[in-house]
Amino acid sequence: MAAPVKSTVDTAMSSVQNLTIGKALNLGLRRAMEADSKVIVMGEDVGKLGGVFRITDGLQKDFGEHRVLDTPLAESGIIGTAVGLAVRGFRPVCEIQFEGFIFPGFDQISSQLAKLHYRTQGKVKVPVVIRVPYGGGIGAVEHHSESPESLFAHTPGLRVVSCSNPVDAYWMLQQAITCDDPVLFFEPKRLYHSGALKAAVDTTATPEPLFASRVLRQGGVDAAATLVTYGPSVKVCLDAATAAAEEGKSLEVIDLRTLSPLDLEPVFESVRRTGRLVAVSEASSESSLTSEIAARVQQECFYSLEAPVLRVTGFDTPYPPSKLEEHFLPDLDRVLHAVDRALAW
Amino acid sequence: MSELRLVRLIEPDGSASGDDRYALPAPGELLEHYRALVRGRRFNEQASALVRQGRLAVYPSSHGQEACQVAAAAVLRDGDWLFPTYRDSVAAVERGVDPVEVMLLLSGDWHCGYDPMRHHVAPQATPLATQLPHAVGVAHAARLKGEDTVVLALCGDGATSEGDFHEALNFAAVFRAPVVFLVQNNKYAISVPLARQSVASSLAAKGEGYGMPSALVDGNDVAALTAVLGEAVRRAAGGDGPTLMEADTYRMDAHTNADDASRYRDDAEVTEWARRDPLVRLRAHLRAAGVLDDEEERAIAESAEQTAAYLRTGLSADSEPDPAELFAHVYAGPAPHLAAQAELLAAELTAEVHS
Ligand SMILES: Cc1ncc(C[n+]2csc(CCOP(=O)(O)OP(=O)(O)O)c2C)c(N)n1
Ligand SMILES: [Mg+2]
Repeated sequence: MAAPVKSTVDTAMSSVQNLTIGKALNLGLRRAMEADSKVIVMGEDVGKLGGVFRITDGLQKDFGEHRVLDTPLAESGIIGTAVGLAVRGFRPVCEIQFEGFIFPGFDQISSQLAKLHYRTQGKVKVPVVIRVPYGGGIGAVEHHSESPESLFAHTPGLRVVSCSNPVDAYWMLQQAITCDDPVLFFEPKRLYHSGALKAAVDTTATPEPLFASRVLRQGGVDAAATLVTYGPSVKVCLDAATAAAEEGKSLEVIDLRTLSPLDLEPVFESVRRTGRLVAVSEASSESSLTSEIAARVQQECFYSLEAPVLRVTGFDTPYPPSKLEEHFLPDLDRVLHAVDRALAW
Repeated sequence: MSELRLVRLIEPDGSASGDDRYALPAPGELLEHYRALVRGRRFNEQASALVRQGRLAVYPSSHGQEACQVAAAAVLRDGDWLFPTYRDSVAAVERGVDPVEVMLLLSGDWHCGYDPMRHHVAPQATPLATQLPHAVGVAHAARLKGEDTVVLALCGDGATSEGDFHEALNFAAVFRAPVVFLVQNNKYAISVPLARQSVASSLAAKGEGYGMPSALVDGNDVAALTAVLGEAVRRAAGGDGPTLMEADTYRMDAHTNADDASRYRDDAEVTEWARRDPLVRLRAHLRAAGVLDDEEERAIAESAEQTAAYLRTGLSADSEPDPAELFAHVYAGPAPHLAAQAELLAAELTAEVHS
């Protein structure tokens, strides 16, 4: 391997940059590649094009074709090859173009990547990161808007995380790359280039731990209910909490960040105070992460609950055509409606 | 490994190539194909314009690949099946599917706007190569049912890297299924050039490994395409199994309107391929043969214009699919477990109306 390449982008000028989620992911990848020459980016169109969402923009130019690989068009091949690379000490970061196209690679992920460490009693480590743009609301054709994260969270051996803001995007991706386990890294694609979500990313700060959820909005002593969510729905929930506050209702909002393993302690703590929980996700509800949350919360907080755990999710249907997606996706009104139901229980 | 020799019947300048293996189709037949090519080109232009006007979310154009589109539809007989991808709208239209129904996928009205069972045209596939094993299954079913139905399945050069492509070819060969695979090698999979997909001497050469006849054809020569595809369809119908065909063509537009091709290819390359345009070549040939005059050209352009107008009108209305459709088709039978969700949506919509 060649020695680490110095980035041509001089970010040393300032340690604080105002970034979108997309740009923060790009910078996070760049930092990870500078820090460890074993980090390899691979996938469809990630090189010259910089990925269809431009998340890998400029990386091939700066790190070379041996570090940023345009692969043949085959998801099973991408992930299977990454497993082999990881066995020999590389840290592949695979990009799946859209979540709907991860399935040709599902066998390699669930049967191989997830189990290799276990099968070999820990003798083989597979530190592969799979970046997955996911979620809807972009007006796309089928297979471009889905939320399959529960399938992976259901698979022992995989770690699954999702970022919802630029600061997490920057840090969580780097932390995922240094993790010795395989990590599915779900990125909320409709927020990639959202100017409204731009945030100051301090690259000298000490990051939050990767596998920890975070309370994004405190409800105070009179908090009425807790909203728990992740990824693209975090913005929906924060907006809902702002709207509720205008009506005098104080909501707590928790961003899960880690979907497997779940870090529900902050959720339990919150629900013990509020007595009410609404779990929000774009994914279908049946046998999903929100099912898991509901089960665990009723178990841990049974005597604190004043209403059943309610869920606001995508419907239990395939993702609809784009002209119907606004009806499918959880939105502010649907979240507030669920809060009202919980409060009126 | 023997290198396959490209089949071309009409040169880019319109002159006959004089191939020793295939005869040039009769002028009357070629004129029909020319009509279809003009219609297809106009369809592509209109659909791209509708994207710019916000009527379609996206359009993966087959501009430059119209000869493949037209030939794929033309060689099939009544009852035969076509398996198109997202880029093969023109082929579906040429198979007789209503142009507006074809575009409902891209306007966001429904995932498949036409009835595949009625037209024998499978839903346009977005996940690459996944349609190919289905094509083999439909072809094998025809044999089990004692029909002489043939299936023609389309895919791109990039899709040949997917596992499903290889599994489909192998199944087809082992089952001797009546299926013709037509790979439109337009040189790119979004930004990734062919050299990054395969270092084989050709994509057609892969057929040999599966034990099926294959052919490499000039994909901008509708005469060569119909001659070679026609033969493959006859062979399949006669029980002689599958064929792999590679059409050597070029994606003239960006991958879709959302793509910026200047990031990965030179204009000079595009200009070079413009010289091999499928319409220009057949037009020159037919003019020289004396079967295409100004009057005929006007009539052809006018009829293409009608298709374009039909598309404009059909997609100009602000159609809104019925939200109840969300729940209507998930299962073959009733799905009572979805009732609560359907009621939630219905209640929201009623509240909206009353607010
Ligand atoms: C399984 C799968 N992976 C990735 C994609 C994303 N994608 C859509 S089109 C495309 C390129 C396809 O290239 P090719 O097969 O050559 O067909 P073309 O678009 O050139 O007609 C890619 C990568 C997809 N649709 N399906
Ligand atoms: Mg292609």
